[in-house]
Amino acid sequence: MVRQELKKLVIYGFFLAIIITPMVGFKNNDFDAARVLQTLAVLIGLLVLNLIVKLVRSKRPQRAPGHKAWGERVRERIEQIPKVFTLGGLILITAMFPVFADNYMIDVAITCLIYITLGLGLNIVVGLCGLLDLGYIAFYAVGAYTYSLLNLKLGLSFWAALPIGVVLGMTCGCIIGYPTLKMRGDYLAIVTLGFGEIIRLVLNNWDSLTAGPNGLFGMQRAALYYPTFQDGGLSWAVYNIKSLPSLYYLIYIIVILTIIGVRRLDNSRIGRAWVAIREDETAAELSGVPTTWIKLLAYALGAGFASVAGAFFAAKLSYTNPNFFLFMESCIVLCIVVLGGVGSIPGIIVAGIVLIAAPEIFRGLESYRMLAFGGIMTTMMVLKPEGLIPAKRHKREFIETKSNE
Amino acid sequence: MSKPSLLQLKDVHTFYDNIHALKGISLSVPQGAIVCLIGANGAGKSTTLMTIFGVQPCRKGKIVFDGHPIHELPPERVAARGVSQSPEGRQVFPRMSVFENLEMGAFLRKDKEGIQNDLDWVFSLFPVLKDRIGQIGGTLSGGEQQMLAIGRALMARPKLLLLDEPSLGLAPKLVEKIFETIIEINRNSATTIFLVEQNAQMALSISSLGFVMETGRIVISDKASALLENKQVKKAYLGE
Repeated sequence: MVRQELKKLVIYGFFLAIIITPMVGFKNNDFDAARVLQTLAVLIGLLVLNLIVKLVRSKRPQRAPGHKAWGERVRERIEQIPKVFTLGGLILITAMFPVFADNYMIDVAITCLIYITLGLGLNIVVGLCGLLDLGYIAFYAVGAYTYSLLNLKLGLSFWAALPIGVVLGMTCGCIIGYPTLKMRGDYLAIVTLGFGEIIRLVLNNWDSLTAGPNGLFGMQRAALYYPTFQDGGLSWAVYNIKSLPSLYYLIYIIVILTIIGVRRLDNSRIGRAWVAIREDETAAELSGVPTTWIKLLAYALGAGFASVAGAFFAAKLSYTNPNFFLFMESCIVLCIVVLGGVGSIPGIIVAGIVLIAAPEIFRGLESYRMLAFGGIMTTMMVLKPEGLIPAKRHKREFIETKSNE
Repeated sequence: MSKPSLLQLKDVHTFYDNIHALKGISLSVPQGAIVCLIGANGAGKSTTLMTIFGVQPCRKGKIVFDGHPIHELPPERVAARGVSQSPEGRQVFPRMSVFENLEMGAFLRKDKEGIQNDLDWVFSLFPVLKDRIGQIGGTLSGGEQQMLAIGRALMARPKLLLLDEPSLGLAPKLVEKIFETIIEINRNSATTIFLVEQNAQMALSISSLGFVMETGRIVISDKASALLENKQVKKAYLGE
């Protein structure tokens, strides 16, 4: 066993050296052996780490049946504490965050929350309904550009433009959804990938409307209106949501509403229908699930949440440009969903924080930042392939029925 | 035929792209009966069921269920009219529990009490499902999955139950058990049953009517008892 693994390690190391040497070694036409060795050392270190984990795991005694993994036990412990304390505490801490964090941390947190919104939206399409969508960021772009254009050309406020953006995003969701209804798996992934790129290219090339690669700027921030009694009478004052803490609270509220929305959907008949389609489309059809509508609904709702996030993003920066909506962004959102545990809301929240914040934490590593990021992802997928917090469905309902008997 | 027919197919044609799968099927299923459709692999038996359900579009011909034409309806509307199907190859929802699978069967229903009653009824038909209520569908044995698929179809409280090869890949003892249950379902709930089978002997022995299918056509239709004696059927399907 050990010998076999060691042999594998040597072979992997050899191939890594072949690939890494030309990729990393040449800088400005000079060969830099130190760079190569450093990179190799990190990679081989990861492999050795993997080997150690494997060895430790194989030495572990067989578990007795009925033995629960530690994650399971932790979950049970947490569930014993009343929700008021766990959930309430969590909300309190996150709500207090801007008070003790500096601007940089708040900015990262806002990005995290945007991606959590996106992850929760994509979770409807990928996690619940089982439709692989590689062009999800397009709906984010639709939201951002809708708000930008409505604000710049028609002068609509954030709150007035938001519902229009959501409707437009949902329409786009249906536009991509309808022709792909009969497609599954790989084919669907390719079409959605193409759709994402089409949206980006249109934004990039429609100079007269979107200003092309220069992007749009000068949008108003989202504003709050509150009554004041200055000058003797009642009048409305405007507070622009411009400072980082206020932006944090805006996206924080959006995330909470998204969580509530996704949760309710998940526990509804529609949620069950989505899961049924994911599990077996024919069987779902035979159970009377109107698959066409339910799938379109998944696309539309997923796109709707992305549009909200997009509009917020445009209002936050007061600037938008097609390069914010690259394929890479779709990948990151998909990673959040898969890494968190497909279909699991708490998993997606944790994964969103980890995936967006981790590259920031590793800034000190400079050019090895993304490498460390990749290392974390690989390790997590090896150790917990079902995601950080695997989804659990219908546990509550099940217990209810059992106790009825 | 003395009893009125619950389901009638009139010259039904179905295509997979350009492949003419059903070449004019006509049959009628009397109310309250067990009827079987037998035939070799690829004869179009499953296609017939899928066409009745609206999963495969019926390009020509008419399907009348309970006095209403259903050949232009999508599957969910057919299901809402009281047709239910247990698909071939025990297609249960693999990562849902037994309970959730059965719950899915009652997807279109809103009468909570009725659903609970039917759940108890399904558990009385298949007690093993009750023992495994929390187990994930994909981890059940073949026989249990078949029971779950039938149970799920029953949860819709159908007027017409379509069963696609309930004996496929099961041990002979289990097949007998399943067929006994089919008779029980028919007797106790007056559910009309339309059975598609390769196990012709078994299927004919519990049916009142039988249809023999060959390459997209119905070649013989007769009383099941007569088919059991029919020379052609004996030679081709009963292995005698």
